Amino acid sequence: MTPTTFDWTTFRHTHLRRERVLGVVYLLMGLLIWFLFFPSVEPGAQAKFGLNLVTAVKPPPLPDLVVPARGTILLVGLISAFIGGYQLARGFRDPQALMGVVLILFFVAFIVWATAGKSFNLTGMLASTLLRATPIAFGALSGIWCERTAVINIGIEGMMLSAAFTSVVVASAVHSLWWGLVAAMITGGILGFVLAVLAIRFRVDQIIAGTAINIFAVGLTSFLSSSWLSVRQDLNAAGNFKPIPIPVLAKIPIVGPIFFNVNIIIYLMIGLVILTHIVLFYTRWGLRMRAVGEHPKAADTLGINVYFMRYVSVTVGGVIAGLGGAYFTLGSVGRFDEAMTAGKGFIGLAAMIFGKWTPIGGFIASLIFGLADALQVKMAIMSVPIPSEFLLMAPYLVTIIVLSGVVGRAEPPAADGQPYVKE
Amino acid sequence: MSVQDVAVQKAAPPPTPTLRPRRWVAALQSLVLPLLAIITALIASSVFIIISDTELLALWRDFFAAPSIALTASAEKLRAAYSALLTGGLGDPVRIWEGLRTWLATGDNTAFIASLEGIDRTLVYSTPYIFAGLAVALGFRCGLFNIGAEGQLFVGALASAYIGYSIKGLPMIIHLPLALAAGAAAGAVWSAIAGVLKAYTGAHEVVTTIMLNYVAFRLSDYLLTGPMKRSGFNPVTPPVEPSAWLPKLAPDPLRFHAGFFLALAVAYFVYWFLWKTTWGFEIRTVGANPNAAKYAGMSVARNYIIAMGVSGALAGLAGTNEILGVNHFMAQAFSSGYGFDSIALALLGKSHPLGVVLASLLWGFLRAGATRMQSAAGIPIDIVQIVQGMVIVFVAAPALVRMIWRARFLEEEAETIFTRGWGA
Repeated sequence: MTPTTFDWTTFRHTHLRRERVLGVVYLLMGLLIWFLFFPSVEPGAQAKFGLNLVTAVKPPPLPDLVVPARGTILLVGLISAFIGGYQLARGFRDPQALMGVVLILFFVAFIVWATAGKSFNLTGMLASTLLRATPIAFGALSGIWCERTAVINIGIEGMMLSAAFTSVVVASAVHSLWWGLVAAMITGGILGFVLAVLAIRFRVDQIIAGTAINIFAVGLTSFLSSSWLSVRQDLNAAGNFKPIPIPVLAKIPIVGPIFFNVNIIIYLMIGLVILTHIVLFYTRWGLRMRAVGEHPKAADTLGINVYFMRYVSVTVGGVIAGLGGAYFTLGSVGRFDEAMTAGKGFIGLAAMIFGKWTPIGGFIASLIFGLADALQVKMAIMSVPIPSEFLLMAPYLVTIIVLSGVVGRAEPPAADGQPYVKE
Repeated sequence: MSVQDVAVQKAAPPPTPTLRPRRWVAALQSLVLPLLAIITALIASSVFIIISDTELLALWRDFFAAPSIALTASAEKLRAAYSALLTGGLGDPVRIWEGLRTWLATGDNTAFIASLEGIDRTLVYSTPYIFAGLAVALGFRCGLFNIGAEGQLFVGALASAYIGYSIKGLPMIIHLPLALAAGAAAGAVWSAIAGVLKAYTGAHEVVTTIMLNYVAFRLSDYLLTGPMKRSGFNPVTPPVEPSAWLPKLAPDPLRFHAGFFLALAVAYFVYWFLWKTTWGFEIRTVGANPNAAKYAGMSVARNYIIAMGVSGALAGLAGTNEILGVNHFMAQAFSSGYGFDSIALALLGKSHPLGVVLASLLWGFLRAGATRMQSAAGIPIDIVQIVQGMVIVFVAAPALVRMIWRARFLEEEAETIFTRGWGA
């Protein structure tokens, strides 16, 4: 978007109408909450939320959270309708931000509706949210490293899949999960470097190069797993990293079991989110990365080696995607299955966009996608009267909705996707 | 391409039917690069064939002790693999000749017909590739990267299967076109979602179409196990009424059907649409330079939606073709990734309908041959995808091929840039 001078006519046509639309949407959401969820809940039914998670580390137990289902749904719907009404009558300063609030209200109503008359382990769901968000967050971080230097990495999915494969094979062969992790990082790094060479040296269209990596990875891993692993089952049994409780912190109720009793790859992910944030915004290297991504020519003029920055960043992005791949195998099931990444790399890219190319934002976005995924599984177990296939669509639909900018428009790095030709 | 080029294209009409000799040379030269790309990919995949064989690998471990054993064994493996590829894709010439002789001598054509199975399979396999390849190629011409062909294929197949089995007693002349139209329309609607999102919100079509793929797969899971399930155990739809079948054009063990000619007709239609109509001109202009198109008064958003819709219709036809021409019912595993393969086809065919048709024939041949490679030489069929990934890389990176083959004679051509980042 180029900044333009203020123009009242356009402002009135775009903004005022949009604000009114948002108000109506919020109001309708409130009504929708009532109509969808209220009638099918029995009067007096209670929704019981468990807050304790059964793990090896036992934080002090908490009492269950019990709420009256109908009352909560009414209240939540009322709040949403009130927001809509207020928006129509007076107007909030930032009506877009309220979309998040309204969506959360809708989500609360949905959970209460699904739980009415049953019990639901809230902490358990939040814990599985983090687990499911981890590969997405790795994907988002990988994307951030690449795209901050203006190389689009659509091959994250393929990098993850390949790394998942090599990590299991190496870990099973040498009986060491750590070497498996190293193998995953190397695999990711190599593919990242390949993408960099294709995009920078040969100036291949970046999306096509990434797609080639994806197709290649799917083909190669399926090929090797059906020709090799089917014969050598012993190479596909690596075991997995066990959760490591962090002494004091793991004892904190709710937060402890979710964040401080997980396996090493998840700690690595959280560490990388913080590290990437620091590198990107508080170091000289990060400043250079961003300069190369926003205006490579200017960066070049100032003596920054654009190609070098891009090679290194994209390779690092590959290494991170490799770690994400290792999570699928060493971090969870301990074995490789064909096409096991199931689009998580692409969802990671959506999380990156949703998080506006920032590590923290990307992480939060990953948690939202992880939540959609975890909820889908929980709902299927709780036999909610929605076909499981539709629940399975949820993460993908959420991705589409998020990408369409319902939650605000995102600005990519200015030179994103454009090869740089040094003059 | 700049604005001037676009203007020049408009001024100079597309190639006239009378090709001058120099044009032929140029046409042949443009074949060199794709061919080299395929050869490179095949050589590289030979390496994978060797390393995937544990016995061969063991021989290579003793390479320095007995080099000739490892080499001959590998050569033997590759010979078996590639001869299986050839006979699988084209047929065994000896069998064809014998069959032809028996037919001429005794009038019994069963052996001859059976010997044509290879070529039959190639043509049947290449038909959906032509449709899907055209879908991606048309998107490329508008600067859109439609990775969602697979999902569009699924919804197209679902719609045509539904029309095919639910309506009974219609004459073929109405039922078949209706089923075809339903498949195309479903694919068009599915991809137009991505087109609309791209046009009005800037959501990148690569991610939205991939997400729509997953949604389409889950949708078909749901429909095939629920509302559209045939009574019985398997999650498949009821059989399509014969009045909606694409007519079969070859006797029985063969499966060759009218879909192949329909595909060729559609390829011509795409050529006509892109190069002879105003809509096509606008689409190509937007693809070449959206800013120039906007400046010239064209609606970029409208063209994104149209191009995406037509592209989806073509992909939907790929699925429809499989349902009405080959399977005659819809099952979850009806597509062997035609939608994903089509990306390679569009690139290999340089997004030109004729190129796509040729690339599809090659791909149909590879797929038919690979099936035979799997049964005869024990090489997993996924090898096709490896070849495919490499072909995409090599075709998209002419500089790479030039470097590998030291081919300086290949001219530098203007490399089209499809990517315009995530934004508008």
